[in-house]
Amino acid sequence: MAKISIRDVRKSYGKDQVVHGVSLEIANGEFIVILGPSGCGKSTLLRMIAGLESITSGQIAIADTVVNDLEPRERGCAMVFQNYALYPHMTVAENIGYALKVAGTKKADRLAKVAAVAASVGLTEYLDRRPGQLSGGQRQRVAMARAIIREPRVFLFDEPLSNLDAKLRVQMRHEIRRIHNRIKATSVFVTHDQAEGMTLADRLVVMNKGVIEQVGTPSEIYDQPASTYVGGFIGSPAMNFLSGQVDRSTSSVKLASGDRIEVPPALATRHHGKLVQIGIRPEAMTMVPAGQGTLNATFEFVEELGAGRLYHMMFEDLTIAVLAGDRQSLTPGAPVGLHIPAHAVHLFDADTGKRVEAASLALVEQVFA
Amino acid sequence: MIERTPFLNIATHVILLSGLVIIIVPIWLAFVAATLTLQQVNSAPIELWPSDQLWVNLQEAWRLSDFGTKFLNTLIVAVSVVVGKITLACITAFALVFFNFRGRMVIFWMIFITLMLPLEVRIVPTYAVAANALSPFQTIMDVTGLTWLIATLSGIEVTLEWNLLNSYTGLILPLVATATGTFLYRQFFLTIPDELVEAARMDGAGPLRFLWDVLIPLSKTNIAALATIMFVYAWNQYLWPLLVITDRANYGLVVVQLSDLIPDQQTTGGGTPTWHLAMAATLVVMLPPITVVILMQRWFVRGLINTDK
Repeated sequence: MAKISIRDVRKSYGKDQVVHGVSLEIANGEFIVILGPSGCGKSTLLRMIAGLESITSGQIAIADTVVNDLEPRERGCAMVFQNYALYPHMTVAENIGYALKVAGTKKADRLAKVAAVAASVGLTEYLDRRPGQLSGGQRQRVAMARAIIREPRVFLFDEPLSNLDAKLRVQMRHEIRRIHNRIKATSVFVTHDQAEGMTLADRLVVMNKGVIEQVGTPSEIYDQPASTYVGGFIGSPAMNFLSGQVDRSTSSVKLASGDRIEVPPALATRHHGKLVQIGIRPEAMTMVPAGQGTLNATFEFVEELGAGRLYHMMFEDLTIAVLAGDRQSLTPGAPVGLHIPAHAVHLFDADTGKRVEAASLALVEQVFA
Repeated sequence: MIERTPFLNIATHVILLSGLVIIIVPIWLAFVAATLTLQQVNSAPIELWPSDQLWVNLQEAWRLSDFGTKFLNTLIVAVSVVVGKITLACITAFALVFFNFRGRMVIFWMIFITLMLPLEVRIVPTYAVAANALSPFQTIMDVTGLTWLIATLSGIEVTLEWNLLNSYTGLILPLVATATGTFLYRQFFLTIPDELVEAARMDGAGPLRFLWDVLIPLSKTNIAALATIMFVYAWNQYLWPLLVITDRANYGLVVVQLSDLIPDQQTTGGGTPTWHLAMAATLVVMLPPITVVILMQRWFVRGLINTDK
């Protein structure tokens, strides 16, 4: 059990800086998910915590000990790798027990522990097999067991589920959460899959291009994305964006087409004249008969999701997706009205892409006005 | 490839069979010759079927060549070359692949270039070094004036000498110093995924532990392949032992000894050529490498094509 402090950590390969000053405090026993597209520096950050990658500048401390110059084995971290990285010539039992063997644990103790850990992840029948004879999910379990047996202070996961098929991925996700609830080691989980991030994390860290865009609980990040980047990255189907200018007199944002989208009056007053990007989640909009909504769009095609349907519209030259629970049959090219409630609008600065103001704040003001 | 092509099937079988005949016929003739008497082996149409003199000829050839000592010597040399080569190749490749040090690629290429300089090409300098393994150091000391300095200061004339002629060391070391094994190992080590190295680091294994627990078990087929190649290579050595060993009675190797049985002006003194003894000896000398190849074959092929992962 340990907290992790990351202070202004940077990483460069020659002249290329890939991590630009990341600072993060991870509490004891917390499950942190670092989310970002490939090449955003998330794996590098994880590997710096593990000690597999040197730290160019800044500091990483685990349980108040600065670990910058410690070998991986001295840091008390265990890691689960994307491709499992099992030793192909060892049996499952040998794979799980290898760290203990290196540490010089007595054979009897070691075997007892291997048996216990294997039982906890459901591998008892497979102890004598080799990794080559196991399925992807079973290999993943071996990798987990190999990490658990060391009773690490910190658990590191480097995209461990990305090689599994969709169903197994969900199942392993639940299993990882269960294991975490049981052993409560501080965990850092790196992934590019936002569903994994949303479901697993106590707190979510969204990274982009080597910097942290936002840190918060999954619902905070979903409800109040700090930038257009986070808004577009988190949430599936993705957020729709339109650009326009805030107008105080009508308490709305005026689009280039002349249409107006209503926003909370307090926001409009404070940011009159500002050029903004409007973000609207597909599930926040409703479809109404043409001419009655905030905007008029043209229906293009529909995607069946089972629980609902995703309707794709054209508005001017932009595509807008609307998620609706009911099943309407529309013909392509049909005009559709879109109703956009004022409190569902996210405003971002058109230049910086940063959030203009916390939406919940605006909502609170509106309620109590 | 699975195709239904009867004509191609016949053609490939013809090629296969002719290859087999080309290999088998000389061995068969050697075997037949080894079973004949002196008169039979020298009679005019060549004998194609074996007679009953094999055991007699084998005993005679063995006695004439003193093969007991020679086989032991050759076995010592061949096994030492195999062990030395595998150890050297493995640790060199380990250093070259898994450690990042200055001049790594330069060293690799220097080792690689020696592939183009087999023993036969560099035989004169190699002999000079074998005659006195310390002569390069002597030269360095002479050139830098160190010899002069020591002689002036202490009055002792420094003469380094380490003669490797007529010794197992002299036979073995130059055969061990080749790049083939290093290259084979390097190519194999390069296929080891980085994640495996990192997993071992996370598990707390240091470099030597990783080498011993992970790399060596994984390279078993490589070891088998290299061992086979090096054993046959060392066993078949002719030129180097001929040069470096003058004390044949104690340090002679089988292949050199075998060449003495080949009848020529010198051995028979113009008498009837003793081909039956030469062939009987050939059969005996061939036996160990063939046994090794047959025993190792399964591993050997896998090691060279590198599919066992």
